[in-house]
Amino acid sequence: MQTITTFLTRRHGGKRLDVADIITYAYLLAGVLVMFGPVLWLILSSFKPLSGLYEFPPTFLPYKQESVKVEGYDKPLDLYDVKMADGSVRRLAQISQVGIGARVIDPAAPQSDPIDIKLDQRAPVRSITFEWDNYIGAVEKFPFLTYLQNSVIVTTAATLVTLLINSMAAFALSKYEFRGRDAILLIIISTLMVPVSVILIPAFLVIAKVGWTNNLWGLIIPGAATPTGVFLLRQYMLTIPDDLIQSARIDGASEWRIYGQIILPLAAPALAVLAIFSVMWRWNDFLWPLIVVSKTELFTLQVGLNAFQGELNQQWNYILAMTVLTLLPITLVFAFLEKYITTGIATTGMK
Amino acid sequence: MQSISSQTSKPEWLSSNLLLQPFLWAMSWLDYILAPLQNLIGYKRMAYFFVLPNLLIFGIFILIPMLLNFYYGFTGGDSILLENRPVVGAANFEKIFSCQDFFKPNTCAEDLFWRGAWNTLTFVVFQVAFIILMSLITALALNRDVRGRGFFRAIFFYPVLLSPVVVALIWKWILQYQNGLLNAFLVSLGLTKVPWLLDANWAQFWVIAVSVWAQMGFFTLILLAGLQGIPKEMYEAASMDGANKWRSFWNVTLPLLMPTMTVVLVLALIRAVQVFDQVFVLTNGGPGTATLYIVQYIYRTAFEFRNYGMAAAASLVLAVVLLILTIGQLLFQRRQEAA
Repeated sequence: MQTITTFLTRRHGGKRLDVADIITYAYLLAGVLVMFGPVLWLILSSFKPLSGLYEFPPTFLPYKQESVKVEGYDKPLDLYDVKMADGSVRRLAQISQVGIGARVIDPAAPQSDPIDIKLDQRAPVRSITFEWDNYIGAVEKFPFLTYLQNSVIVTTAATLVTLLINSMAAFALSKYEFRGRDAILLIIISTLMVPVSVILIPAFLVIAKVGWTNNLWGLIIPGAATPTGVFLLRQYMLTIPDDLIQSARIDGASEWRIYGQIILPLAAPALAVLAIFSVMWRWNDFLWPLIVVSKTELFTLQVGLNAFQGELNQQWNYILAMTVLTLLPITLVFAFLEKYITTGIATTGMK
Repeated sequence: MQSISSQTSKPEWLSSNLLLQPFLWAMSWLDYILAPLQNLIGYKRMAYFFVLPNLLIFGIFILIPMLLNFYYGFTGGDSILLENRPVVGAANFEKIFSCQDFFKPNTCAEDLFWRGAWNTLTFVVFQVAFIILMSLITALALNRDVRGRGFFRAIFFYPVLLSPVVVALIWKWILQYQNGLLNAFLVSLGLTKVPWLLDANWAQFWVIAVSVWAQMGFFTLILLAGLQGIPKEMYEAASMDGANKWRSFWNVTLPLLMPTMTVVLVLALIRAVQVFDQVFVLTNGGPGTATLYIVQYIYRTAFEFRNYGMAAAASLVLAVVLLILTIGQLLFQRRQEAA
């Protein structure tokens, strides 16, 4: 026994697991359950048929009631394992259910007489089945693809615009001496902390005046001049030596060329961080599109999902499927760029 | 130049030609347009050209609204158009602050504001306390020499990426009264079902718990970076002085982590004060006004009751609170840097 525990707790470097290590692993494993469990539950639930969703207590995996087509009946009949009076168990198909009794028939012999049984005699025959109908329904019955398209357009366009104008401004603010530079910098830094919620009403007015309510531009442009992005890029560009720019000027490069061919490539790591953040911000943005857009065909995924779940007659099977589809893209991005995202956040401290 | 480009690590997908080629093409094409401009105004003034697009958008959509907000706050009526709004002076603010007893929203003229304000205060205190405690514990655990650290870090961080709507729906599903997972668990233990989101106290609890769940990974990462920035020699020196692990935690880790903790505290505070979207979907402020927070009050007042003046006045009060928090952070940071 002693040797087994020694073997199991032996570690690289000859150190053994101590109590603190065990507590650490226990905590981290519990954390995995708490942090990822709810998402896993959502995904599993999204594959359940409607009847499975309203079953109590719920099953962990998605099950589907097996049914069989029996001659002489229009609809497929549900299969049950019925415990007969003599103790044997027969697999029978249910024709109808009345009160606490049910009428079943042998699917192999549809001509035989139906048998009356009590409900507690039967157990449903089920198998693990992933119900794709929820997904098909979510895509077909609701303008899910329209929402998806809007979200993709807004996220892509906004990220490109953000990267372009933020890097241009950051270039000017980090590499030029010009009148008003410090004032601009001060204003930008002081608005770093201003949330949309504080300027909700006048921002809506401005959008209305510009004519961008119910227009995707109203979602793309206003958030593009993000102070956070300018600040982040400027701080990074300050580390690029000025000599490079000077010698490029002597070689006759235009300012635009210097920006496009020297500064941008050198600032690529910071641009990558900002790109990831911008995608995250825009994909998940809710309050702003909620205010700016009121036409269903211009809803983004987040607004569409909210509108859909707020309906009186909640159809959870479709809501769950749509939720999974909404979190899928960002999850894939994360799976591929996990390192960049986590180190990016750790170094810049922003979200 | 060569040495610098080799120092900076470029992501692979950025240096792939497929993405870069159209970009370079557009860049050189724009150069033909911009070269005459540069000849006209001189290379130094090109700075204005570079800063212009960002400044324009920033000015129109952030700066002007910030200034207009004051006008809204001091005018009344239910029109959003400025010209149709009568100036009412400080009436909106007076109404907000006309209370017999500020701790009893019922006695206030604008009772929903105070309900929202006190709810927000409760939320902020508990949420920030829990989020800092949980992310500190998690960061300490992840800072140990554990196997699969990258995996654990990613799992704890994952909910941060989910949108507030998705987060709210995930938990709404788990907290369902009739057939939710949590109630199933309670029943399997022989307990009775609890209407989690329909009971005022439980709803307040879950709104806090869910937002801690959704955000703690972010703060964990920042604290983890702070922990990894503490030089190993400090611990070695402490253990040479005979300090045990507990003592070195109190005397080395915590003091050296303080600057990071301040950043985390302020970011958490500012974010908690603005809580909105996730709660909007999870409880929509209910039951009653149990989880009505200040931003939702502003949203409702403006876009449901069309009382733009009152909403703007409330958002100005919120802005002042946020400003105090930010300035507080700056002062605190400066004092720490000086020390």
